Amino acid sequence: MSQEHIEHAIRKEYAAGFTTDIESDTLPPGLNEDTIRFISGRKNEPEWLLEWRLEAYRDWLKMAEPAWAHVNYPPVKFNEISYFSSPKAMKDRPQSLDEVDPQLIETYNKLGIPLHEQAALAGVAVDAVFDSVSVTTTFREKLWEAGVIFCSISEAVHDYPELIKKYLGSVVPRKDNFYAALNSAVFSDGSFVYIPKGVRCPMELSTYFRINEANTGQFERTLIVADEGSHVSYLEGCTAPMRDENQLHAAVVELVALDGAEIKYSTVQNWYPGDADGKGGIYNFVTKRGVAHRDSKISWTQVETGSAITWKYPSCILRGDNSVGEFYSVALTNNAQQADTGTKMIHLGKNTRSTIISKGISAGKSSNAYRGLVRMSPRAEGARNYTQCDSLLIGDRCAAHTFPYIESRNPSAVVEHEATTSKVSDDQLYLCQQRGLDAEKAVSMIVNGFCKEVFRELPMEFAMEAGKLLEVSLEGSVG
Amino acid sequence: MLKIDNLHASVENKAILKGLDLAVGAGEVHAIMGPNGSGKSTLGHVLAGRPGYTVTAGSAQLLGQDLLTLDTEERAHLGLFLAYQYPVEIPGVSNMEFLKASVDAVREHRNEPALDSVSFMKQAREACKAVNLDQAFLKRGVNEGFSGGEKKRNELMQMMLLAPKLCIMDETDSGLDIDALQVVADGINAMRSPDRSFILVTHYQRLLNFIKPDRVHVLSGGRIVKSGDHSLALELEERGYAWLEDVA
Ligand SMILES: Nc1ncnc2c1ncn2[C@@H]1O[C@H](COP(=O)(O)OP(=O)(O)OP(=O)(O)O)[C@@H](O)[C@H]1O
Ligand SMILES: [Mg+2]
Repeated sequence: MSQEHIEHAIRKEYAAGFTTDIESDTLPPGLNEDTIRFISGRKNEPEWLLEWRLEAYRDWLKMAEPAWAHVNYPPVKFNEISYFSSPKAMKDRPQSLDEVDPQLIETYNKLGIPLHEQAALAGVAVDAVFDSVSVTTTFREKLWEAGVIFCSISEAVHDYPELIKKYLGSVVPRKDNFYAALNSAVFSDGSFVYIPKGVRCPMELSTYFRINEANTGQFERTLIVADEGSHVSYLEGCTAPMRDENQLHAAVVELVALDGAEIKYSTVQNWYPGDADGKGGIYNFVTKRGVAHRDSKISWTQVETGSAITWKYPSCILRGDNSVGEFYSVALTNNAQQADTGTKMIHLGKNTRSTIISKGISAGKSSNAYRGLVRMSPRAEGARNYTQCDSLLIGDRCAAHTFPYIESRNPSAVVEHEATTSKVSDDQLYLCQQRGLDAEKAVSMIVNGFCKEVFRELPMEFAMEAGKLLEVSLEGSVG
Repeated sequence: MLKIDNLHASVENKAILKGLDLAVGAGEVHAIMGPNGSGKSTLGHVLAGRPGYTVTAGSAQLLGQDLLTLDTEERAHLGLFLAYQYPVEIPGVSNMEFLKASVDAVREHRNEPALDSVSFMKQAREACKAVNLDQAFLKRGVNEGFSGGEKKRNELMQMMLLAPKLCIMDETDSGLDIDALQVVADGINAMRSPDRSFILVTHYQRLLNFIKPDRVHVLSGGRIVKSGDHSLALELEERGYAWLEDVA
């Protein structure tokens, strides 16, 4: 197995790359205050929310795109993007699945996400977001019985205004960063979850994002509030058609874990990564953050295989004493993909603990950077962090970088950091092949072994899927 | 079983095998001895299809099929197994997973039904026992942190599970303690059968006291320079290689 052979394999087929021919209402490209008024009006939003958006927009205008990430791309032309697209049939939101355009249902079937509850994965409730709008949410009634609210954020604005007012932007302030401000101005849809006090959510919750229209951006907003002593596990998945143009995805996710609550948030991100030469693909610029109150726990698990560019740092603000933050990540880049991803663990409370396990895999001529901040505030008496950051290289044209930032302002806090870089060697592949395995199977076995600690953290149903996804993403990375 | 004619091969443009002839019949055990650097391991790698090893002339057939046109894994599917002189580590991939994947791949190509996990586990445990490795080794990464002798026994365990036709064992006896040598010899003897052949590369005639070879060859300067029966090994032990003509 020579290096050329290894390079040869990085030619993958993107299985979710089909488009759906659906009539849609798409706002012409461009962004100004009228765009925002249109979006807000289209959703019949209350005045306060329109104002909230406009203020975010005005802040955004004064901000500059961040340039510190280890990624390279031509400037995004924000005026050439359409900020709203909705399948036509959605104009009057369907009341039940029977009213949903069958072609949409078919799309989700193709993606392996049946929306009909009989066919759906047992024990997983799904909110499906197509371009800018939520198409349907399954298992609503069952959740309702448990007191769990799981709906699109547009609905929540109408049905639970108090919760939205209280928590929207409470974790990621509107002007937190350039993309968060943009999202706050134009966010279209996304999911809202509320778990009442002491309730253990009876099933996995899941949102499935799909970009279909060309030249549209997707700006979803997710808000999860776990009230005292409650527990929820949530999974998001994402895909997009293959298109030659780059498409922008700038989401904001906010998690609130009140005292003693636990939120487990998993992501399987498989946006279209662009072709082998780096043409097309999604720009994934996402802000994800959770606030953990006393004795609570927030756990982020992500498997990132898609997108042309990933810029993403799911973070935990460990505000309450004894709160726990976790970040388990697998980020795979192939071909011309670029990823700059990692986490921030901000320890504010006493005896707060955080664990970071990051596995970066680079193949082709891709670039994969881990960027992580661990901050121990003066108040974080007895806080601890453990970080393990491993990189695996496949072939010799790819790159891996690690940028750990540690700020400790409390002498009793303990921060441990370990990092390794390894390579799938020709000798390892030769051994596997001598034992009868083909090179691709061998690489995927080695990569899966490398990611084991993270896959273990995924909900059962998705751990297998993640393994398969890696296999597909690595297709062609060896020959 | 195996027929090699006038094989020439080079690595990094350096000619190493220079007209090697060898024929191994079904059910036979052949020992290959020879000075360091004479090309014994190279022969194993050329037969197994290691990338970077170029055959410049000659032919090699296994079970009537031209080996040299096959991919590395296809040669394995056909029944060729190479126990490495220096087994490599694959951290993170458990021995068990690795073995299961190999066995599945080989069985699939032989059109045999896949083993279910229970029967596989049973076989794997038996193989562990046969080579005197604790079952904990099944859960550890492939060769990860194994001692030299443990790696060699692990090679033998893989061989047992894959049930190959032609077993090339490159110094599997080097670095084994006395008891382990006995274990390995017993393992190989137990696997002997009329439709399985062995090439044992070794520096020590001692191994051949446990495993009676049908033929003993001396490989020197990239060729077989002398062949004989077991007594040749005894003679080599006494006199070294210098008396043989053609010794590089
Ligand atoms: N990649 C390589 N580049 C250059 N020379 C090589 C390479 N691989 C092997 N050789 C050379 O080929 C010759 C034969 O090596 P080989 O490993 O086959 O010897 P051997 O007979 O197995 O020796 P030993 O008894 O020490 O195991 C040696 O001189 C070795 O240095
Ligand atoms: Mg050797």
